[in-house]
Amino acid sequence: MHYEDRIVTAFTYCAMFWALLGMAAGVYVAAELVWPTIDFGMPELAFGRLRTAHTTIVLFGFGVSALIATAFYSVQRTSHVRLFAPGLAWILFWAWQLAIVLGAASILAGWTSGKEYAELEWPFDIAITVAWVIFAVVFFGTIARRKVESIYISNWFYGALIIVVAMLHIVNSLALPATLGKSYSLFAGAQDAVVQWWYGHNAVGFLLTGGFLGMLYYFLPKQAEQPIWSYRLSIVAFWAFVYTYIWAGPHHLHYHAVPEWVQSLGMVMSLILLAPSWATMVNGIMTVSGAAKKLKTDPALKFIVLSLAFYGLATFEGPMLAIKSVNVFSHFTEWTIGHVHSGALGWNALITFGTFYFLVPRLAGAPLYSARLANIHFWLALAGTMLYVLAMWGAGVAQGVLWLSLDEIGEVRFSFNDVMAAMKPYYVLRFLAGLVFLAGAALMAYNLARTFAGRRTVEVAPPAAPAGAPA
Amino acid sequence: MSWMSLHRRLERNSGLLIFGILLVSSIGGMVQLLPIVTEESHAHPVVGLVPYSALELEGRDIYIRESCGICHTQQIRPLLAEVKRYGPYSRSGEFAYDRPFLWGSKRTGPDLARIGGRYSDGWHRLHLLDPRSVVPESIMPAYPWLEAHPADRHGSIQARMRTLAKLGHPYTAEEIETAPAALDGRTELDAVIAYLQSMGRSMQGEPQP
Repeated sequence: MHYEDRIVTAFTYCAMFWALLGMAAGVYVAAELVWPTIDFGMPELAFGRLRTAHTTIVLFGFGVSALIATAFYSVQRTSHVRLFAPGLAWILFWAWQLAIVLGAASILAGWTSGKEYAELEWPFDIAITVAWVIFAVVFFGTIARRKVESIYISNWFYGALIIVVAMLHIVNSLALPATLGKSYSLFAGAQDAVVQWWYGHNAVGFLLTGGFLGMLYYFLPKQAEQPIWSYRLSIVAFWAFVYTYIWAGPHHLHYHAVPEWVQSLGMVMSLILLAPSWATMVNGIMTVSGAAKKLKTDPALKFIVLSLAFYGLATFEGPMLAIKSVNVFSHFTEWTIGHVHSGALGWNALITFGTFYFLVPRLAGAPLYSARLANIHFWLALAGTMLYVLAMWGAGVAQGVLWLSLDEIGEVRFSFNDVMAAMKPYYVLRFLAGLVFLAGAALMAYNLARTFAGRRTVEVAPPAAPAGAPA
Repeated sequence: MSWMSLHRRLERNSGLLIFGILLVSSIGGMVQLLPIVTEESHAHPVVGLVPYSALELEGRDIYIRESCGICHTQQIRPLLAEVKRYGPYSRSGEFAYDRPFLWGSKRTGPDLARIGGRYSDGWHRLHLLDPRSVVPESIMPAYPWLEAHPADRHGSIQARMRTLAKLGHPYTAEEIETAPAALDGRTELDAVIAYLQSMGRSMQGEPQP
C-alpha cells in the first residue's frame, strides 16, 4: 500500500500556477488605480472585469487547489489508508482546473452574476456543485475507511469546509437562468443582500479560515515536531467556531436598508467570534513554543508561525471593524481591502507557502533546492504584506474621516473627488507592495520547480555506474 | 469528563461528525435568513417604484457585466454627511426589482444610488467614453466599446424580461412584446445612461429626512 500522492502533486502545481496568475492580475489592477489608461481600451483588461478575475482566481484557483492538495495529503496520513476512489479524485482535479480556466475566461468576457466572490454564472455554479460533491465523496470516503479510531482535528476543519461551503454556495447561487451566460437571483434587493453576505462572510469563514485551519492543525505539529498543545481547547474552539462564524455576516450591512436587529446580532456575534479565533491561535503558538530552536533554521516553519501572527491580527481586526461605531468610518473604504489582504496575504498565502516548502520536498523525494531563496522569500512576503496593509490602513482611515467630515455650518467639508485624488500615494505604495509580494511568490515557484526537477535527475541516473563510484 | 467522552463518540463516527457540523453551522443562518427572506415587507416596493424599462434593464445588465459595482456603491447610509453628499438615505423598498442587489462593498468612486437626473445625458456620454475629459482627477476606466456595440447584441432582452416576470416583476405582455423595438437603433452606451438616469427615481420629490 502506498499513499496516492500524485494527485497532491498535481493540485500543488496548479495552486502555484494560479497563485502567480491571480496575484499578477491583482498587481495589474492595483496599477490601473494609479495609471487608469493601462487597460488600453480593452474590455477584458478594464478594472471591473480584471479585479473580478483576480479574486476568483486567487480564491478558487489558488486557495481551493491548495486546500484540496493538503486535505488529500493529510487525510491519508491521519487515516492510515490510501485515498478513497482515486479515479474520482482525478475527475475532480480536471473538472476543477477546467472550471477555473473557463470561469476566469467567462468573467473577462463579461459573464458575472454580480454577487461578490460568487460571480461565476449558473453553468459554473452547477459544475462547481458537482465537483464539490466529488470532493466530499473522496474525502469522507477516505475517513470512513480509516484504520485509526479517532478522526484527527485537521479533518474536522476540512470536513466543515466541505459541508458549510456546499450549503452556502447552493443557497446563494439560487437563480433563474435567462440565457447561457445570464441569470437572475431568486432573491431581490435587501433579501438578496442578507443572503449574499451570509455567503460572502462565511466563504471567508469556512474556506479562508476553517479550511486553512485544517492545514494548520496538520502541518504545524508536523513541522514543529510537537503534538497540539491542548486537545480540549481545539475541541471547544472548533465547535464554537462552527457555531459562531455563521452569525457574523450582517456586519457587512451596517447602516444599510436591512432590519436593525440583524445588524446588531451580526455585530455581537462578530465580537464573540474573537474567542474561538484566538483560542486556536493560542493553541498554535503554544504548540510552536516547544520548537523554538527549529524556528530559527527552518524557513517552512517560519512562514507558518508568521501566518499565525497575521491570523491573530486579522481575527482581532475583523471583530473591531464589525463594531458599528468603527464600521461607520471603515465601511466602503480601503481599510476593508487592507483587512482582507492582511488575512489573504498574511494568513492564507503565508501558511500555504510554509506548507508547500514542507510538502514539495516530500512529494519530490528530494531536499528543497535552496533554503536561502526560501529565506529571501520570507522577508519579501513579510515586507510586501506589511507595506500593503499599512498603505490601505492609511488610505482607509483618511477616506473614512474625510468623507464624514462636516464644516461649521454642517455641510460636507471635502468633495469626493478631492479625497479620491488624495489616494494616489497610497495606491502607488500598494502597487509596490503587491509587486514585492508577487516577486517572492515567483522566487518560490522557481525554488519548488527546481526541487521537483531534482527528483527527475535522481531518477534518470545512469544504471551502469560501477559499484562504489561516487553517485 | 463526561463531555469529553461524549465528544469521543462524535470524533469516532464520521456520519455523526458530518451531521453535527451541519446542525451547528445552520442555526445562525436559519435565525437570520429565514425571517428576512420570508417576510414580505422586505420585498415590498416603495410607492412609485416601477420595474426597469427594456432599455434601463439592458443598461443595468451591462453595468453588472462591467462589474461597475466593484467601485460604485448604491447604498446611502442614514448618516448626516452621506445624506448631505448623496441625498435621502436608501430604503429597502427601493430595491424590490434589483436582481441581484448592487449595493457594493467599496467606494473607489462615488455612490450612485441617487445619480439619476444629477447630470445630463450628454455629460454621462462624455464621462463614460473619456472620464478624464470631464473629471480630470478621475481614475475610472474609459468604456469606448459601449458606443460601438448595439444594445441587446445577443437578442436576449425578451428572454431576460420573461425570466424576471416569472420572478414577480410586473412586466406586461405588451412591454415584453415591444422590447426589441424599444432597443432598436440604440447603443449599449444609451442603455447604461438610461439606467444611470433611472437611479433613485422612485424617491425623487421625497422631503429630506
